[in-house]
Amino acid sequence: MTPLLRVVDLHKSFGELTVLDGISLDVERGQKVSIIGPSGSGKTTLLRCVNYLEKPTSGHIYIDGTLIGEKEVGGRYVHLSDRELAKERADIGFVFQRFNLFPHLTALGNVTIAPQKVLGLTREAAEARGREMLQKVGLGHKIDQYPERLSGGQQQRVAIARALAMQPKLMLFDEATSALDPELIGEVLRVMRQLAEEGSTMVIVTHEIQFAGEVSDRVIFMDHGKIVEEGPPAQVLSNPQLPRTREFLKHIQDR
Amino acid sequence: MTFWQYLEAKGPYLLTTLLGGWPQTAIVAIGSLLFALIFGLAVALVRLSAWRPLRWPAIAYIEFFRGTPALVQLFVIYFGLPDIGLSPTPLQAAIVGLGMNGAAYLAEIYRAGIESIHRGQMEAALALGLTPGKAMQHIVLPQAVRTMLPPITSFAIVLLKDTSIVFSVGVVEIMALARNLVTETLHSAAVYLIAGLLYLCMTIPMSRLAARLERQRQAWQ
Repeated sequence: MTPLLRVVDLHKSFGELTVLDGISLDVERGQKVSIIGPSGSGKTTLLRCVNYLEKPTSGHIYIDGTLIGEKEVGGRYVHLSDRELAKERADIGFVFQRFNLFPHLTALGNVTIAPQKVLGLTREAAEARGREMLQKVGLGHKIDQYPERLSGGQQQRVAIARALAMQPKLMLFDEATSALDPELIGEVLRVMRQLAEEGSTMVIVTHEIQFAGEVSDRVIFMDHGKIVEEGPPAQVLSNPQLPRTREFLKHIQDR
Repeated sequence: MTFWQYLEAKGPYLLTTLLGGWPQTAIVAIGSLLFALIFGLAVALVRLSAWRPLRWPAIAYIEFFRGTPALVQLFVIYFGLPDIGLSPTPLQAAIVGLGMNGAAYLAEIYRAGIESIHRGQMEAALALGLTPGKAMQHIVLPQAVRTMLPPITSFAIVLLKDTSIVFSVGVVEIMALARNLVTETLHSAAVYLIAGLLYLCMTIPMSRLAARLERQRQAWQ
């Protein structure tokens, strides 16, 4: 069976700077994969390449066997049009570190805009789905609030509901709790944990080592644009094989 | 007869005569504003295009129309276009001329407004599967309009005053009638003063509106 996400020999450079240096990775349906590593190791760029917010310099990405961001024409790879790319992105949920809620729309407006404009749902259908998603993240009572009036944790939960409303095949979390005050991290992690238990396929870039250990089927440690070590959390987090991984985990735990 | 005596005796006549030009002034102002609003957005979007070769014609357009006098542009359109077989009426020339000139200014206002919206907004919209066009329409522009409204209103005021040059291509608006009246009465001061007051009667409500827009804050701001 084809993996839900397959990344093949991905490279990404910004000018002279190599950020991703040959990343290959498979994520099976229903799997939770956490990516950890020091800042600048390329984890965020990897995630942004998966839905083509960044164009890879080389390498390929497949979701459910479909090439992302490009297509093969006569043996050559060509970039997709904006419209084709948008269609593919609709299957990939992305949660940003800084939430990026739409400030001119209410919580419900944030959650219903894409189902209406992308999936073509009627307003009623989109709102029914949107309410359901906001309830799921524990914000059923905040549907008419503008993001400005919500705490960081609530904003991030709306952002998760917004991604879920598209019923994506894959959820990507880019340091979803890094911009939050410590006391607000728990509520967001709870929602992510709930999603994990429901069987969503998730790729999570995080600094929350304990959380990664609890929800992940696999943990990937990245450094300098490469996967240094990967395996079940019990191995990578509790009994890392490589000195570089040990050093990083020690550093994180000393914080 | 002193200036004030003359104004008292002939004021109403001057005013009613000049008011006869008001509809043409309004038509030119509104017409060229609409032209500039729509065409300016197109120029701004091309200017911001991700594809570089497309940007430079927009930059050239903006630089040309902001860097040359509106009167010259008007003359090129009205007196120049007939040379290539197009003969615009005075009204058409005035609306297109001021409209194209205004589009260059508005394009820069739009661009500043769009660029003031954080990149994360566009990225979030794209990540949800919106096309760049729909993301612009539903996410970026509605937010940018908030920041753009005050400068757009100021621009509209300038545009309204600039309609006073279109008499030079034969539009019979307030300024054209004022010049006729001066020839007829030889009282420049009184005539132009009343003409000026007429413009003021239109611009003051507009600047009040601009001030209100600037104060007004949306629920989400």
